[in-house]
Amino acid sequence: MSKLNALMGWVDDRLPVTQTYEKHMSKYYAPKNFNFWYFFGVLSMLMLVNQILSGIWLTMNYVPSAEGAFASVEYIMRDVQWGWLIRYMHSTGATFFFIAIYLHMMRALLYGSYQKPRELIWIFGMFLYLALMAEAFMGYVLPWGQMSYWGAQVIISLFGVIPFGIGEALTEWIRGDFLISGATLNRFFALHVIAVPLVIVMLVVLHLLALHEVGSNNPDGIDIKKLKDEEGKPLDGIPFHPYYTVHDMVGIVVFLMVFCTVMFFFPEGNGFMLEYANFEPANGLKTPEHIAPVWYFGAFYSILRAFPDKAAGVIAMGAAIAILFVLPWLDRSPVRSWRYKGWISKIFIVVFAIAFVILTWLGTQPATGPNTLMARIGTVIYFAFFLLMPVYTRIEKTKPVPERVTGGH
Amino acid sequence: MSQDGVNHGRRTLLVGATAAVGAVGAGFVAVPFVKSWTPSEKAKAAGAPAKVDISKLEPGAMLTAEWRGKPVYVARRSEEALQTLPTLNERLKDPDNTNKAQQPAYADNISRSRRPEVVVLLGVCTHLGCAPKYFAEVKPEPFDADWKGGWFCPCHGSKFDLAGRVFNGSPASDNLEVPPHSYESDTVVIVGVDEENA
Repeated sequence: MSKLNALMGWVDDRLPVTQTYEKHMSKYYAPKNFNFWYFFGVLSMLMLVNQILSGIWLTMNYVPSAEGAFASVEYIMRDVQWGWLIRYMHSTGATFFFIAIYLHMMRALLYGSYQKPRELIWIFGMFLYLALMAEAFMGYVLPWGQMSYWGAQVIISLFGVIPFGIGEALTEWIRGDFLISGATLNRFFALHVIAVPLVIVMLVVLHLLALHEVGSNNPDGIDIKKLKDEEGKPLDGIPFHPYYTVHDMVGIVVFLMVFCTVMFFFPEGNGFMLEYANFEPANGLKTPEHIAPVWYFGAFYSILRAFPDKAAGVIAMGAAIAILFVLPWLDRSPVRSWRYKGWISKIFIVVFAIAFVILTWLGTQPATGPNTLMARIGTVIYFAFFLLMPVYTRIEKTKPVPERVTGGH
Repeated sequence: MSQDGVNHGRRTLLVGATAAVGAVGAGFVAVPFVKSWTPSEKAKAAGAPAKVDISKLEPGAMLTAEWRGKPVYVARRSEEALQTLPTLNERLKDPDNTNKAQQPAYADNISRSRRPEVVVLLGVCTHLGCAPKYFAEVKPEPFDADWKGGWFCPCHGSKFDLAGRVFNGSPASDNLEVPPHSYESDTVVIVGVDEENA
């Protein structure tokens, strides 16, 4: 043992391993009352690892060219040993990554985890979300099916609304051609496997460093650092390791059970994860009958379509994402958690969540009369939740926040 | 290190000047990286004109050609269809071709074509670039009870008449683009070349 200690001491003199381990694991005090919602941060990281691992293996057989991409994906599915499993890990992983991220963001909304002093954590998180959307979009182009092609056509065309010819030049620059072509596919491959993952990993590090600097929030929205014992440990805090590492393992096992059920039995997700049109090779002369994004972009796509004008739709979609960044400054409530906010906040957050789910659903459906009307109502609710927040969080009567956290063990 | 006698003004100037020179250098280095994303010489050379034989094109029919990788619609319109065009003006966003970028001067007319009966359009929706579908028949359609024939975009529901003019209420704001084209003979259209015998 002493030899091991001596070795550790030798390393610690040269690299702060023990110090880092204590700061972030064994002496990082997290509130003891974490509930179900607090699983999704670690589950997002699990999915990131899954995507990186399965992604690296996919690149070993994937051919990033307009001529070879579609066939190489079929080759992975049919001929590469266990290739089908690795591809389904990746495609199902994308869906579960977004499920985890959306629930993780919902947690932040419910318990005010974006409020002072955690604004930077929220902003890094939003950049992560943005990078993740770019990553998922470019990944979907790579199989080079019909939906890959036309999805790319629609999304890249969004930049075309910028006036004075800038938009047109910009879309041409992104495509690298006068249309979506092999040049577009190749650069998306490069961005999807190298550039964006690097950005995502760096943002995860920043997200966690910022979190560990100010400490984790909790379902009561109480600052646990206010009350400490004589050793300076928060009274309501427990070390992340071993308490939450073991606790999270339960969540991971349950999550993977659901993940595996979908991956093995419903890998296409009934057309929501792998769309039927994408089983046809890309054809630049024929748009599929019904084009829709994969489910996780549905809400923003609905907002885009809710407007009968191209520029207005694109601006609204951009604003729907941009407004999330300023959320910490829209919430003027003196309390963090919705448990102690007034009834307006409580009703609004529930209605907002329902509207987001409905918008997500509508984004995958054809834009017919009643659907368009519902998308418009949903869009109004989406924006009202944020734009009215400075008002209703200030005027409503909040409940007193307890000194110590409630629940927990 | 002693801080005595440090000329802070000079130090700030030197730091600023170094940073500025560095930024300019970074800007120059960025040029090849940014430029490398623009269409390659090969992509530029692929834009050769496309010949379309319209000898077998019946009134009411349409054929799809490919030019620069994009679909080009060539449709022959019946006499009734041509007479319907002016009656639609009130339902259209830009019935009079005010956006001159959407058609060459020789197609800046009510039928948006060189010859009244034959229209040549880029099959690229001016909304977000999908290929609109051709619904030639005058009959009520699920998307329009008073349909007079034209194109309907399956992506976001933009509607265009038989001259490619966009209807009110469509997410698209501009008429379908008429590409540069000319007639080699009575039955052959060249897409991508403006002048006869060019």
